[in-house]
Amino acid sequence: MYCAGIDIGSRTIELVVLRNREIIDQKQANTGFDPMTRARELLKGVEYDRTDLTGYGRNLFELSFDAPTVTEIKAYGVGARRLFHTAGTILDIGGQDSKAIALNDNGRIIKFEMNDRCAAGTGKFLEIMARSLGYTIDQFGTEALKATKNLQINSMCTVFAESEVTSLVAKGEDPREIALGLHRSVVRRAVSMLKRVSSGNDVVFAGGVAKNPCMRRLLEEALERQVLVPDDPQMVGALGAALLAGENR
Amino acid sequence: MSDNYRSMWKDLGLDLQAHDMLLDVLGKAYEDIFLAQKDRPEGMGYFDFVMSEVHGLRIKELMDKKEAGRKVIGSYCVFVPEEIVLAGNATLVGLCAGADFAMEEVEKLLPRNTCALIKSTFGFKLGKVCPYLEASDMIVGENTCDGKKKAYESLNDIVPNLYVMDIPQMKTDQGRSLLKAEYDRFKEAVENLTGGAIDAASLKKGIEIVNNKRKAIHRLAELRKADPVPISGLDALLANQVFFYDNPVRFTESMNKICDELESRIEKKKGAFPEAAPRILMAGCPMAVPNWKLPWIIETAGAVIVGEESCVGERGTRNLTYESGETVEEMMEAIVDRYFKIDCAIFTPNPDRLDHIMEMYEEYKADGVIHYGLQFCQPYLMESIPVEKALEEKNIPCLRIETDYSMEDVGQLKTRVEAFVEMLK
Repeated sequence: MYCAGIDIGSRTIELVVLRNREIIDQKQANTGFDPMTRARELLKGVEYDRTDLTGYGRNLFELSFDAPTVTEIKAYGVGARRLFHTAGTILDIGGQDSKAIALNDNGRIIKFEMNDRCAAGTGKFLEIMARSLGYTIDQFGTEALKATKNLQINSMCTVFAESEVTSLVAKGEDPREIALGLHRSVVRRAVSMLKRVSSGNDVVFAGGVAKNPCMRRLLEEALERQVLVPDDPQMVGALGAALLAGENR
Repeated sequence: MSDNYRSMWKDLGLDLQAHDMLLDVLGKAYEDIFLAQKDRPEGMGYFDFVMSEVHGLRIKELMDKKEAGRKVIGSYCVFVPEEIVLAGNATLVGLCAGADFAMEEVEKLLPRNTCALIKSTFGFKLGKVCPYLEASDMIVGENTCDGKKKAYESLNDIVPNLYVMDIPQMKTDQGRSLLKAEYDRFKEAVENLTGGAIDAASLKKGIEIVNNKRKAIHRLAELRKADPVPISGLDALLANQVFFYDNPVRFTESMNKICDELESRIEKKKGAFPEAAPRILMAGCPMAVPNWKLPWIIETAGAVIVGEESCVGERGTRNLTYESGETVEEMMEAIVDRYFKIDCAIFTPNPDRLDHIMEMYEEYKADGVIHYGLQFCQPYLMESIPVEKALEEKNIPCLRIETDYSMEDVGQLKTRVEAFVEMLK
């Protein structure tokens, strides 16, 4: 049986196709302004028997795809557990949400935390901050790792942080150090969320922000332990949805 | 709406244009949230009618009675004893505080980080859209939380007839004495307003009417223990909301009629939700009309709300007033006994509330608890943390939600609530 999982996020759409629970195909596209068309393009030529939708756009697609939906919280839980069978806590930082999810030994979600309304501490925050320092998203983490001193950023609000960055730049601070400070502030927030749910087992870091090497290192330092990062951290939700599509419901 | 109502609203001093807008939004929301539900009991037709006439026929009734000399008293809290109001031959109505209105005006008088309920109280007044408020001959404010207590100082500048009742903060003998003294003072204030004395016969009658209303809502609560649940949480919440507006005797009759229907639905295993749907106990802040956001999100996620640990719910209706008193004094004591048991989060400490949450969780066979806190509502938000901890210690799933009346967080709330419901399945 072929099962497709689609994760319609605020920044990107991911597709994972499984045959008998093995990944045979995975794709990604930007969400853009017409996510429905993007998702259809992504699915072009892809054969599947069952599909399951997740991500913040799931309800928009529910009717036109006539497919069941699952929250990204559950999808990330299931996907992470499949990739790492020791996964106990999952940190997922995506484009507009950040979530911490705790699983019990059977892989069931026992508790979760999610940021409310604003984009503080999410990928969007890092994206805007990178831009205000003249870095691309890919450069941002690598450059931050080159910083030699610690610079404290106090604002978590995207708008206030941007003006804080501007004034630090005006003071002649090294952009790499400002970048590190910004990463630290996101990690601080993520760690406090993780501590509220923590199950004690292995920590998996997923979502687009997990691709950022500075975030990974700071998170490991703050938690004083190794953090597991999937090869394709953005695919975890789509993988979870595809696995759930294969279950009898 | 008939022209009849328009002139009535105009005479009450409402801003007709703004009021039309409010009714439009309200009507649309009601359609989308209530009428869109499947498998509703037929008896809910009564509440559909009440809601469609909530600013029309009901106000007309109050105005006709006012013409004949019956006073209207408006209240914002379940600590205002309806028994005393009825005994004084007046009518008690709950005042609207469940939607954002005229926020720019409100924020001239209140800090931005004031809870939505208090802001709404001001918004309905400043926006001139609440006929209940305008029809009230006396508005009772009560010193519950700090927010309300201080806000009444400013409300006093914009309404002509505010009466402030003090409320104790500790369940001690001194606290009870304070409540007794305040209820005695309130009784006098009602007598002064209506010009008639409250005697044993009228107080007895008042107690009986309010108790009957409570008994009807207790009956509804009892029926929600069934699986499948014969009535949705939204509809039951609506009944609890209308509890504050409707003529109490008529409400009691209508509620009992719906309960008859629910009994036969239970017999036929006819539910508002399928059997074994995840069952949610809501706990926390009150939900005034038309604050239906969270229950709507919960029930469209496939779970059913089986109880409300809330002022608009069991905290407001739990316990009857003892009917054994014969003298006015005995009955006043009985009223104080009844209201002093209310486990509002303004009390410190407030262990009864946690006990009640646990008890309701068991009795209504809930699968999880969603704690609803209004943003900036210190008492309930503070309590939500130990409540969550205590529930988790008993392995009871709990989701803590902090929100307000705006719709900007609906997407994130949906994800959180849906994930919680997935957890319970």
